[in-house]
Amino acid sequence: MSASFSILNAYLHNPASAIDRVTDIHIAEGKIAAIGSAPHGFSAEQQIDAAGKQLIPGIIDLNTRLREPGQEQKGTIISETTAAARGGVTTVICPPDTDPVIDTPAVAELIRRRAKQSAQARVLSVGALTRGLAGEQLTEMAALKSSGCIAVSNARQPVRSNLILKRAMEYAATWQIPLFVNPLDHALGNSGCAHDGRVANRLGLPGIPCSAETVAVATMLELAQETGAHIHFQQISTARAVEMLQEAQLKGIHVTADVAAHQLHLTEMDVDGFDSNCHLLPPLRTLADRDALRQGVAGGVINAICSAHEPHEADAKLAPFPATEPGISALETLLPLTLRLVDEKLIDLPRAISLLTSGPAEIAGLSSGSIVAGADADLCLIDLDREWRFDADKMLSAGHNTPFDGWEFTGHVTHTFFEGRLTWAE
Amino acid sequence: MSAVNLQLDEDNKLRHFLSIEGLNRDLLLRILDSAESFINITDRSVKKVPALRGKVIANLFFENSTRTRTTFELAAKRLSADVLNLNISTSATSKGETLLDTLRNLEAMDVDMFVMRHGDSGAAHFLASHANPGVSIINAGDGQHAHPTQAMLDMFTIRSVKGDFTPLRVAIVGDILHSRVARSQIMALNTLGVSEVRVIAPRTLIPSNARESLGVHVYHDMDEGIRDVDVIIMLRLQKERMSGALLPSEHEFFQCYGLTEERLQLADDKVTVMHPGPINRGVEMATAVADGKHSVILQQVTYGIAVRMAILSMAMQPSARRTP
Repeated sequence: MSASFSILNAYLHNPASAIDRVTDIHIAEGKIAAIGSAPHGFSAEQQIDAAGKQLIPGIIDLNTRLREPGQEQKGTIISETTAAARGGVTTVICPPDTDPVIDTPAVAELIRRRAKQSAQARVLSVGALTRGLAGEQLTEMAALKSSGCIAVSNARQPVRSNLILKRAMEYAATWQIPLFVNPLDHALGNSGCAHDGRVANRLGLPGIPCSAETVAVATMLELAQETGAHIHFQQISTARAVEMLQEAQLKGIHVTADVAAHQLHLTEMDVDGFDSNCHLLPPLRTLADRDALRQGVAGGVINAICSAHEPHEADAKLAPFPATEPGISALETLLPLTLRLVDEKLIDLPRAISLLTSGPAEIAGLSSGSIVAGADADLCLIDLDREWRFDADKMLSAGHNTPFDGWEFTGHVTHTFFEGRLTWAE
Repeated sequence: MSAVNLQLDEDNKLRHFLSIEGLNRDLLLRILDSAESFINITDRSVKKVPALRGKVIANLFFENSTRTRTTFELAAKRLSADVLNLNISTSATSKGETLLDTLRNLEAMDVDMFVMRHGDSGAAHFLASHANPGVSIINAGDGQHAHPTQAMLDMFTIRSVKGDFTPLRVAIVGDILHSRVARSQIMALNTLGVSEVRVIAPRTLIPSNARESLGVHVYHDMDEGIRDVDVIIMLRLQKERMSGALLPSEHEFFQCYGLTEERLQLADDKVTVMHPGPINRGVEMATAVADGKHSVILQQVTYGIAVRMAILSMAMQPSARRTP
């Protein structure tokens, strides 16, 4: 039984319904009992004075690797959802490349049960597009959808041919399941580990050209147009991809896109000195790409910012750069990096909040991402003026792999509620 | 952890030797001058100096090498150091030991300096950023990144033949894209202030933005590229470039980019021809050129020992301070 709360005098941001005012919120039995005055006879076990703070819907992260099952040395559902709570994230969406792969309802069910026992956030799964992610045979997508998978994806694994990809799109569209894709032409990527640009050339790092992404985007856009499937591009990294997506959206093709928060702040220059914490897939690209991604976020081509959370054990990053594993432990920096875009005057605060809440909710087909009476009490309270320093050693994620150690941020999560439970309070 | 900070101590003295990048002209000249002083040791009946007596140097070679490893070994022995040769590709890592564990174990055996060749770009930087205080890392080639001792012996060779760097036009021919030797040579030549560095190869073997990222002039036509140059450096062409669709055949490469006596006429009369070795005769250059009067290929090998003696003695720290 969860406790009851009253959050008093919070500045409420509700991107979905454009509510934007100072008010009180009352929480009981996991739900938002009322907005404004308390229901008759309501008495909160705990009152939180939220004067001067911003209350937003809990953040929905479209791409979170929890590492369980299969890679518990990197993270577990408990450790990573605890990190999510600290970051104000109340829903995490896991790609299917767990071990075993999420290609049957049984695996999806296993994750759902483990999460129910222990998670500090809602754990949703993306089912595999092909069996074992081998890129050959379709999974039972209808069954995966019934067992709660919100989308299907082949994660970073290649699909064997465009024919299989096309049929997979058609089949997914039959059941109205969005297809999440990481656009990468594997042959052009050629096992590279950094953007094929100035820095990689100087450091002798095998490069991944922009065409490795854009060729895949072009192919998928053509197939999306032909099949009518909803394609969601995950973590795009190139200026050209933003341009192509904009054209496709203007033509009315049902395509959406997200970008990882770090892609909006870092560039290939950060790889210099062989910093393995900047070994990422897709790689950090040029300043021009970063700026185009930012414009995509500001202009509405990109409607979600995700963490692309990939926690690692220390050893995974303790090797020569090409031999390290790619990825950032990113749940705890998702919100501050997004708020930084507001400080830099790229976007306003409501836009920033929608990129983390209603934007991803719409892409994933979720009814959450807004603050309404009767809905699950997934909420995040932010002190926007608080200046703080991010310390990698104090991360709650099992993975401390971050390039943002020591960064100064403005805006701090003070409380997170997941289904009416207080999952984070400083 | 920029290369600059890692390689130099607070007094701007050599701490590790990882890359030419971040080292200034003065330091490169000091290395060349120091190598000069070691050259005549080779002519003595006793080819040894006591400079590194009591020090232990480990050669860690994760990739096969004969020439580089042998000249490093000779250089260390002529400095009176004790030398351990570890051919890692057949030992520790095949048992699953990480690079860091290999380092820690050898540090525990009181090794003072590591000379490492590794297949991954950045491997030497990685080792240097984790080495105990007082332990030095010398990069003997890391992936496609750097091979700075090779570049320095090439600079030494050029200086010994040409005297001054400033008026020189230098052409580097062949697989620039995959070459750690070329990257280090280009940085060294630019740091030493030559008048022009050219790279010559088909588009498949040159990084797309070489001009900006490496600071070179790019040529795809051999005859045009070597016109009036003072130094031509031919790179070794790896056989596997044919299978990756980077080149159609060795034959066509030789036809288009091979250094022949006829082509050599286009360069300066006193042109110097170099090659880091081992040569593929009839692929990169004609035998007549390799063995001809312009070739200094064997001098490069001889100078390699003196240059490596200079670098080993300059980078050796007074004493390894160990973590308890």
